Amino acid sequence: MTFNAQGMSRRSLLSMIGTVAGSAVMYSAMTEMGLAQSSNWAGRPELRGAPKGTRILVLGAGLAGMTAAFELRNAGYEVKVLEYREKAGGRCWTLRGGDTYTELGGFEQKVEFEDGNYLNPGPWRIPSDHFAVLDYAKRFGVELEPFIQVNYNAYVHNTEAFEGKPQRFKEIDADFRGGVSELLAKVADQGKLDGLVSAEDAKILVSALKRYGALDENAAYVTGEDSSSHRGWSKAEGGGADGEPIPSEPHDLSTILNSDLWKSLTGGLHLHMQTTMFQPKGGMDMIAQGFEKQIKDLITYNAKVVKIRNTDDGVDVTWVPSDGAGAAVVESADYCICTIPFSVLGQIDHDFSARMSHIISTMPYASSTKVGLEFKRRFWEQDEHIYGGISYTNLPISQISYPSTGYFSDGPAVLLAAYSWGAYSYQFNALPPSERVAKALEYGAQIHPQYTEEFKTGVGVGWHRVPWTLGCFGLWNDREADYMEATKMDGRTLMAGEHISYLPAWQEGAILSALDAIKRLHATIIEN
Amino acid sequence: MKHIFMAALAVSVFAVPLWADEVRPDTSGWFENPAKLDQRGGEDIYRAVCAACHMPDGKGAQGAGMYPALAGNHNLEFADYPTHVVLNGLRAMPALGGQLDDAQIAEVVNYIRTSFGNSYVEDPATSDLVAASR
Repeated sequence: MTFNAQGMSRRSLLSMIGTVAGSAVMYSAMTEMGLAQSSNWAGRPELRGAPKGTRILVLGAGLAGMTAAFELRNAGYEVKVLEYREKAGGRCWTLRGGDTYTELGGFEQKVEFEDGNYLNPGPWRIPSDHFAVLDYAKRFGVELEPFIQVNYNAYVHNTEAFEGKPQRFKEIDADFRGGVSELLAKVADQGKLDGLVSAEDAKILVSALKRYGALDENAAYVTGEDSSSHRGWSKAEGGGADGEPIPSEPHDLSTILNSDLWKSLTGGLHLHMQTTMFQPKGGMDMIAQGFEKQIKDLITYNAKVVKIRNTDDGVDVTWVPSDGAGAAVVESADYCICTIPFSVLGQIDHDFSARMSHIISTMPYASSTKVGLEFKRRFWEQDEHIYGGISYTNLPISQISYPSTGYFSDGPAVLLAAYSWGAYSYQFNALPPSERVAKALEYGAQIHPQYTEEFKTGVGVGWHRVPWTLGCFGLWNDREADYMEATKMDGRTLMAGEHISYLPAWQEGAILSALDAIKRLHATIIEN
Repeated sequence: MKHIFMAALAVSVFAVPLWADEVRPDTSGWFENPAKLDQRGGEDIYRAVCAACHMPDGKGAQGAGMYPALAGNHNLEFADYPTHVVLNGLRAMPALGGQLDDAQIAEVVNYIRTSFGNSYVEDPATSDLVAASR
């Protein structure tokens, strides 16, 4: 516990503030003390005094573009949005039964999932500290439900460990924690931490490690009630005459270390994966649809931007119909918010400054692949008692995520059956879509043999083949040198999107960058 | 990693429908290394990596942005340019110098210079050229 100068603990100070001044003041006090820090979300923008008739053109109707359009129109600006696709959302995208998706190269997939089943090829979970996304979802009536990130009953799997047999997360997690705790407790107990901690602290440490690592009274991680209460029993606790459990036998630390499975234990510890997480009911694009309903009248769909020119007092943007049939149209505006991914923007004829052009043309886009497989029944629930969450594997599919909704229902359900990055993803993306599905099936069957019998249909999305992004998210070559430069107004244009944020690939980053851009744009306009 | 692949083979007979005009590619030797691309030989490397964007027929693709065609691409006349691009990336294209070694890059550069109707056979890329360009 941290004590302040007056000798009052932080906890008792906060408790006093809460009692005397109410929860809002307490929250604000906690924020100042660093306990409830958020992103730079500063609440809903209140832009006032927009000069009448000021025209702003937004390029791209993803979450960044739609945030900008929604807020700027509310502020009184004349807003237009140009969107390449036939619908809004960008990477906030859901594939459902009946959808057809044609990737670059003309490879077409007809999605044959049952009603209600879906795959989110892009973002699929919302952290509870992504306040901007959550606020817009609430404002637009998008219903959210819990997304299960960590499931102790899901698997961790390595083809080279435990003869390739998947292990329950809770067993490996408990054994790793138990083994490390026992080791440290021994060292502390033997006085080998002298000079690093005081004798008194060493004592407390041993007590803490007993609890943390499920050690027995001798600070040993051994077969018994303590370890089984974390890792699970050999025969589970029950009722009546046959109720007595039998403890399970932990794996020793060396086995855990050499299994490499410890690599799969920390996903849910990451700040943006910590419980609680959310997903929109029915698919991530419900967020996009929420925005789209508000500003649909502002969007020109199927409009492919081909030229951007700064003029003396504004911006001229030329677009052509995305299918190539039809004449070019020039949209003129006083200012522009450009959310086109740099992967695409770098190929558009523009006259941004040399500095901005350099930044645009030196941002590669990451490779990623997702495969969704639909099975006839929820065998992971029915046979294996896995309800939501993620199994991790060293196989090229990298993970299997179980649906966080519709538990215990009888019909078919969709697994996220591959979510790959890097070298594996390059190869998935080079395959025809049907082969991505076939590979995800082959690999996943090593974890769930039921795959073979229960498979219905599947869909595979390789992000380098997604026509409107050419990749998953922007990677900075030299963020330190370039980031602030990329946020600057270039002529009459400000950039926005996940790439202009320190939350890359997250929807929150896209929205926050748009909010920052429009606030600065508004301030500039008011000053002029 | 060998036995991942063997295990995969053992269960590879699935009834997945192939869409019309798709050729089932030979993927032996793929997916064996999470950090590197293990294919050897220019054609194998191309099919496993480059084809994702430049397409199996080398004709590139067109969406909101585009992937340039390698077929009939005059930038391939000299090996230095494609070598530099594969090593360091270009615009949206990620650098592949970390996942492919010098010999692999030389092989794939020579493959694209002499395939899809291209016939830039003179002064082929070599491992030494690639190493010098790193």
